Amino acid sequence: MTRFTIPQRLLHWLMAIAILAMLFVGVGMVSTAAPKYVPLVATHKTLGIAILVLAVLRILVRLKSGTPPLPRDLPEPMRLAAKLSHVALYALMLAMPLLGWGMVSSAGNPVTLLWGIQLPSILPHSDSLHALLWQAHVALAFCFFALILLHIAAALFHALVRRDGVFQSMAGGTPAE
Amino acid sequence: MAQPSPGAKLLSLAFIAAVVAALAGAFAYTAGWLSPDRLSGARLVQALAPAGGPALGHRRNHAKGICFTGQFEANGNGVELSRAQVFAQGRYPVVGRFNFSTPDPNAPDATSRVRGLGLQISTPDGQVWRSAMIDPPFFPVATPEAFYALLAASARKDDPDAMKSFAAAHPEIAAFGAWAGSAPWIESYAEETYNSLNTFLFIDKSGASHAVRWSLKPQAEVRSMSAEDFAKLGPDHLAAEIAARVAKEPQRWTLVITVADAGDPTADPSKQWPADRRQVEVGTLVADKIEAERDGPCRDINFDPTILPDGITVSDDPFPAARSAAYARSFNLRTAEEKDYPRGDAQEGTQP
Repeated sequence: MTRFTIPQRLLHWLMAIAILAMLFVGVGMVSTAAPKYVPLVATHKTLGIAILVLAVLRILVRLKSGTPPLPRDLPEPMRLAAKLSHVALYALMLAMPLLGWGMVSSAGNPVTLLWGIQLPSILPHSDSLHALLWQAHVALAFCFFALILLHIAAALFHALVRRDGVFQSMAGGTPAE
Repeated sequence: MAQPSPGAKLLSLAFIAAVVAALAGAFAYTAGWLSPDRLSGARLVQALAPAGGPALGHRRNHAKGICFTGQFEANGNGVELSRAQVFAQGRYPVVGRFNFSTPDPNAPDATSRVRGLGLQISTPDGQVWRSAMIDPPFFPVATPEAFYALLAASARKDDPDAMKSFAAAHPEIAAFGAWAGSAPWIESYAEETYNSLNTFLFIDKSGASHAVRWSLKPQAEVRSMSAEDFAKLGPDHLAAEIAARVAKEPQRWTLVITVADAGDPTADPSKQWPADRRQVEVGTLVADKIEAERDGPCRDINFDPTILPDGITVSDDPFPAARSAAYARSFNLRTAEEKDYPRGDAQEGTQP
């Protein structure tokens, strides 16, 4: 196996768009009190649940399909960074939507998505719980974005500088000669 | 795999740095970090704080209030306007909060002209209708930006011209000033009329929408007095009075829906609709229990006016969105400050 499977690649790129959109919607909505605030919040919640579902699916697919090995000549620190950053990315894909869902639940607010879709509350109404989840959701959002920047930089480093096929294992094509 | 030349490698690294910088820049722009003048919930909340800073743990406005519970008794008349279950004949549980406009939870009652009622009605279908109404017949200003400018101008105590230039730029404030100066002071929360002021859309069973505003009109006899006489009743009269009154008998308001005619101003709550607009009485709000806010059921509720059941939506009125953004900020801050407004027995010895 030198490439991720087609379903893995589809999931990766779909989620790449969804998660980047999610982070931009998130910081954008709290930056405004304009009428778009209301649809942005509804979009944020809906997209969050979609990402949660996709993340679970993606982890299942990964467990089944595995991953192509990293290049044998990849230095050990980079190998470790690759492993750890991916663990963190998967953890955040799951944790961020759950923290958000928990935040809305613990605020005692109905969990209402676009098109009037109602989800159940997953936590009891509690100020202290809400405060904790809110702070975690905000702090981890910035960590998530920073990690994605790092991920993009690393991917491009593999593509342009190391030219070791790691980028192509997800993007397709062959390494530049 | 061919390794790039040192020159190409440098170029690649520069390209990578540019991609990361562009994304980070777009993120910073979206977050408003490059636009300090963008009006956000956080800025509105900041502008509401008094000079000495906000009262931690409390709502950032309408900070003094008291909880009530009761029911909404729908008479079924609203069904023609909205498909929300809350209008189908029946009794639905209510949590609410009487309050007045102040950032100070210990402010004397006579210091505020604007009183409010926060309301949550829950229906068996799992839907929730929240509303926060106030007693003036219209809002002081036409837009959220003007409201922010009003807060900013009134905070500039050192500049006597600040309010004057605000009034010149926002002439609608004059009507509010006239109301605040001349309207009689009402002795009880139970005798107030509370108005949505904002316009919402009711969606009926056919999917047609109706622009509406609503009011809670007291069934109690209204007794009003001068500002001086009201002040003599004491700094905490309103809470004590409503508690004693509801203990004696439940208090009631009629929920009246006013339906706009085509062309009525729906986006500007500083403009009243003509008095002859169609009004539909859709039910009765009954308050039958009063509890202090500290441990009361309303404390942890954000009376966000955009939390609406299926059958009610926001309209082109920009205020509910701005209020939602500001209320969320206030809620996030105060729930993280629970220790500054301790519950139950913990309160002893910590209150000023």
